[in-house]
Amino acid sequence: MAGSPPAASSSREARGPAAPGALLTAPDVARVVDRMAHQLIEKAANGLADLVLVGIPTRGAPLARRLAARVTAFSGTPIDVGTVDITLYRDDLRLRGVRALEDTVLPAGGIDGRLVVLVDDVLFSGRSVRAALDALRDLGRPRAVQLAVLVDRGHRELPIRADYVGKNVPTSRGQSVRVRLAETDGVDEVRVTEPEEPAAGTTGEAR
Amino acid sequence: MKRHLLEAGDLDRVDATLVLDTAAQIEAALTGREVKKLPTLRGRTVVNLFYEDSTRTRISFELAAKRLSADVINFSAKGSSVSKGESLKDTALTLEAMGSDAIVIRHGASGAPHQLASWVRGSVVNAGDGTHEHPTQALLDAYTIRRRLGRLEGVRVAIVGDVLHSRVARSNVVLLHTLGAEVTLIAPPTLLPVGIGSWPAEVSYDLDAVLPKVDVVMMLRVQAERMTASFFPSAREYSRRYGLDARRMAVLGDEAIVMHPGPMNRGMEIAADVADSVRSTIVEQVGNGVSVRMAVLYLLLGGAPS
Amino acid sequence: MSSYLIKGARVLGGDPADLLLRDGRIAAIGESLSATGAEVLDATGLIALPGLVDLHTHLREPGREDAETVETGSRAAALGGFTAVHAMANTDPVADTAGVVEQVWRLGQEAGLVDVVPVGAVTVGLRGERLAELGAMADSAARVRVFSDDGICVSDPALMRRALEYVKAFDGVVAQHAEEPRLTVGAQMHEGDRSAKLGLTGWPAAAEEAIIARDVLLAQHVGARLHVCHVSTAGSVEILRWAKARGVDVTAEVTPHHLLLTDACAEGYDPVFKVNPPLRTDGDVTALRHGLADGTIDAVATDHAPHAVEDKECEWAQARPGMLGLEQALAIVQDTMVETGLLDWAGVADRMSVRPAAIARLAGHGRPLAPGEPANLVLLDPAARSVVDPAALASRSRNSPYAGRELPGRVVATFLRGVPTVLDGKAQR
Ligand SMILES: [Zn+2]
Repeated sequence: MAGSPPAASSSREARGPAAPGALLTAPDVARVVDRMAHQLIEKAANGLADLVLVGIPTRGAPLARRLAARVTAFSGTPIDVGTVDITLYRDDLRLRGVRALEDTVLPAGGIDGRLVVLVDDVLFSGRSVRAALDALRDLGRPRAVQLAVLVDRGHRELPIRADYVGKNVPTSRGQSVRVRLAETDGVDEVRVTEPEEPAAGTTGEAR
Repeated sequence: MKRHLLEAGDLDRVDATLVLDTAAQIEAALTGREVKKLPTLRGRTVVNLFYEDSTRTRISFELAAKRLSADVINFSAKGSSVSKGESLKDTALTLEAMGSDAIVIRHGASGAPHQLASWVRGSVVNAGDGTHEHPTQALLDAYTIRRRLGRLEGVRVAIVGDVLHSRVARSNVVLLHTLGAEVTLIAPPTLLPVGIGSWPAEVSYDLDAVLPKVDVVMMLRVQAERMTASFFPSAREYSRRYGLDARRMAVLGDEAIVMHPGPMNRGMEIAADVADSVRSTIVEQVGNGVSVRMAVLYLLLGGAPS
Repeated sequence: MSSYLIKGARVLGGDPADLLLRDGRIAAIGESLSATGAEVLDATGLIALPGLVDLHTHLREPGREDAETVETGSRAAALGGFTAVHAMANTDPVADTAGVVEQVWRLGQEAGLVDVVPVGAVTVGLRGERLAELGAMADSAARVRVFSDDGICVSDPALMRRALEYVKAFDGVVAQHAEEPRLTVGAQMHEGDRSAKLGLTGWPAAAEEAIIARDVLLAQHVGARLHVCHVSTAGSVEILRWAKARGVDVTAEVTPHHLLLTDACAEGYDPVFKVNPPLRTDGDVTALRHGLADGTIDAVATDHAPHAVEDKECEWAQARPGMLGLEQALAIVQDTMVETGLLDWAGVADRMSVRPAAIARLAGHGRPLAPGEPANLVLLDPAARSVVDPAALASRSRNSPYAGRELPGRVVATFLRGVPTVLDGKAQR
């Protein structure tokens, strides 16, 4: 595995590819989000007012909103949320094909001088994050940019690391990690699937 | 999306809507920004191959490509006699050998973009061919209507003027029909093609009868030389029967808009006070053209290589 | 001169018989013939027809030898089963004098593959202003009997009347390219639904029909013969039917491409399908087939029109009209007329040999396959099928509209006065 994951969350699982199946169930996802919210409060203790959570569509956007809601619940501070569509900043358009664009929405005051935490569901090659950083550069000049991801599955292709990780999941390159969220998919769940395997319909618990 | 945009019929409803939605997203993404530039097509080369003078269309495509960070080459083949010069095919193969990823072509001969598409591997975008089509104009018109009226489904559009020679009319009839609008074509019978019965549009010779019922009036440019070929007797008679003046504009519904693809013959098909009225979207159409063309270039060039 | 014994050919599609060709003539027809010294050809399953006669061929020489020459066009004709072709006058210089028609005639003799019969221009330089020296061409070595400004209509009604009258003196005929020019300014394709959609200027059927209607009235008035080139519309067939019923001495031809292709071919803007008159609708194709079947249309003529690559690999509007036809004509007729049951092989012989030869007053062609007649004949295998490959054509040009199309029939052998110009599907010179 290329580079060990940052120790922002304690990972007790053994190294090596994860067994296929549901990795996180709905209660797990809620627990992981809560934990990340606590870590954010801890790290940004004196700067919560500065904080903007910016989700990367598709699933980073609802994740950012949830995270913000939990931070607010735990700290009492309202948190600004935004989304940044990275499609037009991708460097792999040729490989992935075109996709419909999604909204880019920033807080009314913009992001200049603020602490932006990018939020995404899965951290894999790091290319999405790089595109998001490029997009942010065209949108303003934050004081600092950090990264929060629900799942870090390794296999980075760029020198990018997450500041907040919900769960480290060692995978093989051929596997895919599918995050489903109630807002976009009707259910909260994280699964590891084998290349041939259909997205849904597998059974067996990985934890 | 297909690899090329040669005519409005290349877009089904899903694709056409995708173009309009993408244009709206791009426009929103760039609104209020200092840097009106996206890195999307960095390293791609777009050639503007123009066999006819059309500064506004060329600049619109050029701006669209540049805002997506593509390299742009303007190749003006106009002026030099085509019969003596390099053939379209040789030009196409040369441009491709130089590494062009997309060719935007404006040509006086109907079908030239189709032929080009059969000779090159990259994408071809029709920027107007003869009296055939001008699909990006129709897209920007549809975009403009949707922005002004909030919808296209069921919108009643009158297209008035020289339908026979108009590539704008052909593309709009097809695209607007695809998107659920209802089109009525209004012209003297001499300026409607034989075979128009097969088009998905109503036909009328009477502008005054149609105007009160429509949400959009799109005026087509009428060239004075049509007079000498007896398509109509005089400019005066034409504008009296088919021109849009303040009196006619007054019968339009409150929300109705007036469009023109430009360049206008003020006083001929459209009166100056109509062109400058609040109903007029003529200036807006120009700006929308860039967003729509960015969307087209992104959707054609952003795709996986075939 | 060697003699040939053709074994088991079905004459006009009838029962198998043997044909003995000797000294340029058919010496005998019968069962189980034998002849010492004769080369024997096994023609089992093959059909024998009289050598085909084309009333309408563009051989491009003199002037555009890069597109076709008399020799290459003759070879294409022989491979298509023809023994005589009429070379249209729109060369450069125009075949409007005895000198030019004799030159073309001589080039044909030298090539020796088919009888090349020059067509004389009706007007000087095809300009439609004054008559060319029609009598001088008729009296020349080329013995011109068919006169045409083909490519351009003799649109001036007074001039057309005079031409019709004048050629009566030597039993000539004016072959009219029926196209009212004021109705076809800038025309690119058939005017209808498809031209409206494609944005190509329309060529209305009425522009052809108006001239045919006028000309049959003129021909009747002056008691002259009229031949109508490449009839392309259902309305034209109706007018011809009406004129023939009235006793007008009018004949007409249809091209293979108008029997098969429609204006749908224009949809890809490939100029190989640009032709004048243009490809028409399904309804026109049906009417033309029936008109040919019932004899309203007398003949199939190819309008073989070779064009150099640069004249076809360009924008539709700039491309020159015309398509190759000689090598596939018989196959198209088999496909559209025989295999549809509209015409039997005797009918094919009539429309592609007997009648065209009669219209052109061509002695020695279009004769019955009978003892004593000139040995001009073609052997074809109706069961063969093949895909057209333009690169394999004998014509110098490649503008075949049938590229990639599978067609029936194969010309196995062609004999011109007893000499094989084609054997086993290969030209002999
Ligand atoms: Zn002709």
